[in-house]
Parts: sequence; C-alpha cells; structure tokens
Amino acid sequence: MKAKIIITPKKAVVDPQGKAVQNALEHLGYNGIRAVHVGKYLEIELNGADPAIARRQIDEACHKFLSNPVIEDYRLELE
Amino acid sequence: MTNDQQPTTHHPPNLNFAVLQFPASNCDQDALHALGDVLGQSARYVWHKETSLGNTDAVIVPGGFSFGDYLRCGAIARFSPVMQAVQQFAANGGLVLGICNGFQVLCEAGLLPGALIRNRSLQFRCEPVYLKTLTSDSPFTNQIPSDKRLKIPIAHGEGCYFAADETLQRLKANNQILWQYCNAQGEVTDAANPNGSLWNIAGICNERRNVAGLMPHPERACEAMLGSADGCAIFQSLLHALESRKVATAA
Repeated sequence: MKAKIIITPKKAVVDPQGKAVQNALEHLGYNGIRAVHVGKYLEIELNGADPAIARRQIDEACHKFLSNPVIEDYRLELE
Repeated sequence: MTNDQQPTTHHPPNLNFAVLQFPASNCDQDALHALGDVLGQSARYVWHKETSLGNTDAVIVPGGFSFGDYLRCGAIARFSPVMQAVQQFAANGGLVLGICNGFQVLCEAGLLPGALIRNRSLQFRCEPVYLKTLTSDSPFTNQIPSDKRLKIPIAHGEGCYFAADETLQRLKANNQILWQYCNAQGEVTDAANPNGSLWNIAGICNERRNVAGLMPHPERACEAMLGSADGCAIFQSLLHALESRKVATAA
C-alpha cells in the first residue's frame, strides 16, 4: 500500500515560488495562466494492509508533522 | 586584601545558558561566544538527543539549518528529545530565545504563533538591517531604549513571517510584536522589509512573554569590531530579567 500526499500553500499565503514560475512560463510564451502554486509531493510506502488504519495514522502525521497547518493544506490518497 | 578594598560595585549576574545543538546548527558557537566571552555568563551546549536541560536559567535555540531544513525549516528539530525538555521548561515559565532557525523551530513547535516562509525575493539575504523595538515590556527588550534602533545582521532564505489575520491582531493587541524591520531613520517601510514579513515583523514573543524568536542575529552583533554591538541589548535584557527573578525568588 502506498500513501500519496500533496501539500500546497494555503491561498492566503504569499507563494513567491509560484509567482516566479508563473512569470517564467509567461516569458516562455505560455499564455492563459491565472496562477501557479508550488507545493510538495510525498510518497510513503506502507507495510500494513488495513487502509482505515493507514489513513488514520498518515492523516495524523500529515497534520502533526508532514504539513504545517498555519501555511499549508494537504490532500492524502491511499492506493 | 582587606575588606575595605573589596569592590563595591554590584556583582554581575552569573547565569547558566543552555545553547541547543542540532545537526547543522551553525550559530551555536557565536551564541556561546557572545554569552560566555562577551557577557561573562556560563553558557554550554546541549545536544539535541539530551532529554534534560540540567541547571539552566535560559535556553537559546540557535541559528543554522537544523536537519538540513528538510521538509520545512525547523520541522524535524522540533521533535528532538531536547525540544520536549524545552517545552516543559517554557511551560514552567523559563526564558527561551530562538534566533533565526531557532525562531523557525519555536514556531514549528507551537511555542510561538505563525510560521516563517520563503523570502518574497526568493533570495537568501545576508546583510545588516535595522530593527525598531516596539515594547520594553518583555524579558528580551527591557534594556533597549525606546528610541534606539538596533543594527543587527540577518542571514536567511526563509524569514518571511506569516500568520493568519486573527493571530496578527492578537499579537498586536497583546504587544507581542517585539521587533519590526525599519530603515536607518527608524521608519517602518516596505523598502526596509528584507523578506516580505507581514507588518515588517522581525521578532515576537508568546502571550506569556517568556518565549521569543527573531530572524536577525543579535549574537553576531555583540562587539564593535563585528560592525555593531547592538545585539548586546537583547542579551542584557535577558540578564536583567533573570537577575530580577533571582532577587525576587531570594527575597
């Protein structure tokens, strides 16, 4: 089983990386971009087989450690 | 030497400072030098695996790149065994000062509100800045004259202070904002903001006023030969606060 976690900056947080990437894309001629948000992607390989337990544990870890709720949101997927 | 030759001046305090060390801390030696050699206090390193702070009057969480700043700055250091001891020390009212990466660690640990994110310029900024001190009502600012601008260097890539609006309002209402970036004239302007921090915030304290953090490095500005000795005022505030506490306890 694998946990996939996508961490993105909260909308209220200034994201200078996203802005820099957006500027570069526009400079390269890619038009029609409203905004770019740069985040993180983590893959965690799990030994357990119970998705409910895994979700509870990883969700706790996301909240407590892997993301910072002051500045980031996260999305957790198990497969 | 007879009694009448004894010095009549007040003895300087001799206090015990714990300077934490994480893998990739790199301002620990500067902090130890400032406290020990410049200010004449007892200061010693406490390794991150320690579970106790021992006999300690105040804790310095120094700058650096603890644990490589992996994941987020300070995110891994905050779960070190020594940080559990710091949590307890702070809960008992002990004085804790986080500098640069130490500020980030204290925010991650929940000992201070808010977070420090990437500088708006995306550049690592390493230069002297000016700080305005907003209140003398804290153990970290009591010896700083209200009209004194502090010239202290910064050296960081992630020093942009962010907090939700209600947190900012609370910081302001409780006088928890200790320092703001200003220009040489003492004006708090956007041009004087080196990293995009909300409200030009350079340093704050908690509501109880015993834990503080700041991005600039006072420990690198304690001797004139280093370009500024203004950082001393912050440490002298700490000494004053600690000495007052000892007198109060002894009385």
